[in-house]
Amino acid sequence: MAPTGAGKTLAGFLPSLVELSERGRQKLVPKGLHTLYVSPLKALAVDIARNLDAPIAEMALPVRVETRTGDTPAHKRTRQISRPPDILLTTPEQLALLIAHREAAAFFAGLRCVILDELHALVTSKRGDLLSLALARLHRLSPGLSAIGLSATVREPDELRKYLVPQGPLPPPPSAGEGIPRSRGGEGNPASGTGESLHGSRAMSCSVAPPSRAGLAAGPPSPAEGGGKTAAPMADLVTVAGGARADLRMLDLGRALPISGHTAWHSMPAIYALIKDHRTTLVFVNTRLQAEYTFQELWRLNEDALPIAIHHGSLDAQQRRRVEAAMAAGQLRAIVCTATLDLGIDWGDVDLVVNVGAPKGASRIMQRIGRANHRMDEPSKAYLVPGNRFEMLECQAALDAVEEAAQDTPDARRGALDVLAQHVLGMACADAFDPLDLYDEIVSATPYAGLTWESFEQVIDYVATGGYALRAYERFAKILRGPDGLWRVRDARTAQAYRMNVGTIVEAARVRVRLGRSLRGKPGTVLPKSGRVLGEIEDEFAETLTVGDTFLFAGETLRFEGLAEDECLVTRAPPGTDPAIPSYAGAKFPLSTFLAARVRALIADPSEWDRLPEQIGAYLLQQRRRSVLPGEQDLLVETFPRGKRHYLTAFPFEGRLAHQTLGMLLTRRLERDGLRPLGFAANDYGIAIWTTRDVSERAALDPDFIGDLFAVDMLGDDLEAWLDESAMMKRTFRQCAVIAGLIERHHPGLKKSGRQVTISTDLIYDVLRKHQPDHLLLRAARQDAATGLLDVRRLGMMLERIRGRITYRSLDRVSPLSVSVMLEIGRERVYGEGADEILAEAEAELLQEALS
Amino acid sequence: MAAGLKLEKTHKHPTLHLAGETLVLDLCGGLWLPEHRTLIVSDLHLEKGSSYAARSGQFLPPYDTRETLACLHEAVARHEPARVVALGDSFHDARGPERMEPGDRAMVAALQDGRDWVWIAGNHDAAISQGVGGRYADALTLGGLVLRHEPSPGDAPGEIAGHLHPCGKVAMRGRAVRRRCFVTDGSRVVMPAFGAYAGGLNVRDRAIEGLFPKGFTAHLLGDGRVFAIGRAQLARD
Repeated sequence: MAPTGAGKTLAGFLPSLVELSERGRQKLVPKGLHTLYVSPLKALAVDIARNLDAPIAEMALPVRVETRTGDTPAHKRTRQISRPPDILLTTPEQLALLIAHREAAAFFAGLRCVILDELHALVTSKRGDLLSLALARLHRLSPGLSAIGLSATVREPDELRKYLVPQGPLPPPPSAGEGIPRSRGGEGNPASGTGESLHGSRAMSCSVAPPSRAGLAAGPPSPAEGGGKTAAPMADLVTVAGGARADLRMLDLGRALPISGHTAWHSMPAIYALIKDHRTTLVFVNTRLQAEYTFQELWRLNEDALPIAIHHGSLDAQQRRRVEAAMAAGQLRAIVCTATLDLGIDWGDVDLVVNVGAPKGASRIMQRIGRANHRMDEPSKAYLVPGNRFEMLECQAALDAVEEAAQDTPDARRGALDVLAQHVLGMACADAFDPLDLYDEIVSATPYAGLTWESFEQVIDYVATGGYALRAYERFAKILRGPDGLWRVRDARTAQAYRMNVGTIVEAARVRVRLGRSLRGKPGTVLPKSGRVLGEIEDEFAETLTVGDTFLFAGETLRFEGLAEDECLVTRAPPGTDPAIPSYAGAKFPLSTFLAARVRALIADPSEWDRLPEQIGAYLLQQRRRSVLPGEQDLLVETFPRGKRHYLTAFPFEGRLAHQTLGMLLTRRLERDGLRPLGFAANDYGIAIWTTRDVSERAALDPDFIGDLFAVDMLGDDLEAWLDESAMMKRTFRQCAVIAGLIERHHPGLKKSGRQVTISTDLIYDVLRKHQPDHLLLRAARQDAATGLLDVRRLGMMLERIRGRITYRSLDRVSPLSVSVMLEIGRERVYGEGADEILAEAEAELLQEALS
Repeated sequence: MAAGLKLEKTHKHPTLHLAGETLVLDLCGGLWLPEHRTLIVSDLHLEKGSSYAARSGQFLPPYDTRETLACLHEAVARHEPARVVALGDSFHDARGPERMEPGDRAMVAALQDGRDWVWIAGNHDAAISQGVGGRYADALTLGGLVLRHEPSPGDAPGEIAGHLHPCGKVAMRGRAVRRRCFVTDGSRVVMPAFGAYAGGLNVRDRAIEGLFPKGFTAHLLGDGRVFAIGRAQLARD
């Protein structure tokens, strides 16, 4: 574990290079795959291969290094299996395919070392679940294997240490038969080496710092560390102490910031000046919209025509590669980018990082800062640029956290069932499996350590015939149990379908954005297929566009001209056009629990205000005068009239996702109480709900009313009822259905156009929850909803926290704090509006037309 | 004035007058002809789920048939029709009846009991001509109405057809609502698909718009009632 920039990746290869150089000189030692390296990014694997080649060539080591990614041609893949390199660099998805290969057992039998890079980023997602299952298989195929995890500093290193080593005894390699003893030792794993051997059977989570500096601290041996009662097996830990302290500041313009908005338009000239003063600057933003906006504003100011580029996940892949290449060649002065550049590629010459908008999480901001000066001994230089007053609070909280090196990486995951289903089918593709052995193997993977046998059986049943109470599909079973008790894949076609659909990254359905040319003679006529592809946007976003809408994309203001053959046709909007569609979310991170608590603490303690920019102190004082400032653990609820409506605002500081869920549930309750809610808006800090009837009147009559409104039991029936119809729940279900193979993205023998082939998962969801609500995939979707798009778990924790701690104020008019969330109204989508209300409005227009 | 709009009033199940007949647009997606005591449903696509399992190994929940039949049962219980017309594509493929669960088969028999039941041939199920009760026909004439699966090109006054699975989309304030719908210009009607797994085609697609050269009104099936939406308010996909 080491801070970003410590050079851990190459360090991870050192033991392998030492061993391989010895092996290469011995003639009789069997060759074969020795070291496997897995990275979350294809580009990173390629980058590392380049960086490894140089020292290997310099030292003339007899070591062959190759990559295997989605781009590797078929003939090379075949050759890699028959004649494996010494070191193979790949991704989790390609590893899943490799272990599902018929030759997997032989291919991995001699594997000595597996290196998992950027482990902190992988383990928080379903990709981490998939990788953990592959790792369990590797441990089984090659007993005594060393697993090395490379990670940035995290809050709970023990979680990563457990991830690397089997959490229970492993069965012998499948169909490996002779020679390999079953290693069911009493505690942990068989130990063949001790401290001085890097290739003891214990895996090591290590990273090695340049020996001359930075304290290299080897952790105590596993598993007995810390006197824990359960003493789960853990990898050894090597920690590299932090390098030079980052030079991190908040950009202070010395003028008042707006109360709301995230664009930080007021700071653009200052950011441009910073770019001019530095060699190369990375400008990080939180959403694609923000990336587009910032890029455009910087170019508006770019009198010196500095080479400034943009990089985000929706842009055309070729364009992204061009930007990356230009960056690596040192041709750019700045890149405006989203999370796509958060991870590891070494840009070398970056000497400044600017983070526009709220930091959202302490660990995230540290990663981003680490992208500057990728060297341990020089301080990374970075500026945080708040977009509004609340973001100033958040920036201050992040500065404090970085100062203390406090981390807020998320908790360890419980392995997802949809991922497990995919894996089980893959294992049947590799070879016939014994369910008892496979179960032991799976529960040795940390995320699945708690998997019950019953759940495992359900997964098998799901993979075989869909797992339905109605046994309709027995004769189509994908895996079959033979008389010998082993499960086998049905046929080659099933195995092919598995290979075509492996992976856990479910892209939202996307459409290409193509620039069309409008005919000058005929306004409104657009030549399709005439221009180039600019990138892709999510179907969901394209759905909400109507012809003539303007939006920012790929650094330009575009006019939507319509959808043609699955392409979104656009033209360039005339210069000076303001984009009309505000909300193009891209990735939006919710505020981390940790930073939220720090922001609450800052607000609650006036003695802390001195450290904040003056305008924030003044703003908070005003809030105290007009209403009240909530205590650190309290929830402030305010009601006030405005226009013809009554408003209720609340400030839980639990992040947008949890607030949206809260808003839906509160709306339901208010509806039932007859207060006629009309809609709500949410941001990272709070929510505003507006109603036809006066909530404060009710609260005056019934002193328990507000407390009851926020009672924990809202997570019961109301939540269930809402989940059933929630669009976000349906999206979550769709992802599970795709990962688990219920819906195949790609299908053997059929053209790829998924739209016609697949059936709407919304329809499937509706039917399934009605007829088999306990189905495996619904359970998987619910498990995801707890932490994913709905963040139910966090909402539950908040409701527990504020029980009996609600501060309620009935006001005559809006308070300074409430203004911030009120300003989200109209800017963000308004939730809580039923389909029928929208239809009724459209119908009214028809009636009006009919009567006129 | 919007073509095809002859609404008496906003109503849970609005009524149309077409070729001298009265048509009630039922919220379930069926068409009720009170004078003929006839219920028309189109594109049931029974056993669509199992057809995916048989053809491609994708195990969709095998409950679509019973879900579709349950909705049909609800409408039948409400109207107590003397005749039910299934307007084609009643089964997703010709082998659908073979794959039907015994319970679902019994449900069909119970629905057919005591009433005239007509299976109109569709493109998916034209090969089926026996085995699931009722009688079979290519088309049916009821008073001034002609009932057939595929809409005929050109003018077709009094025609009631299905086949196209029309859906209407209303986009407003950053939100889009897409629902199944009846489409009519006051002269002919295209019915929504009734089946639980039946997808939808946007009414602004040429295949549907082409049938209504003088414009149309789409009657969208909302949560609580049927909504009449003019072409101007209907978005493309």
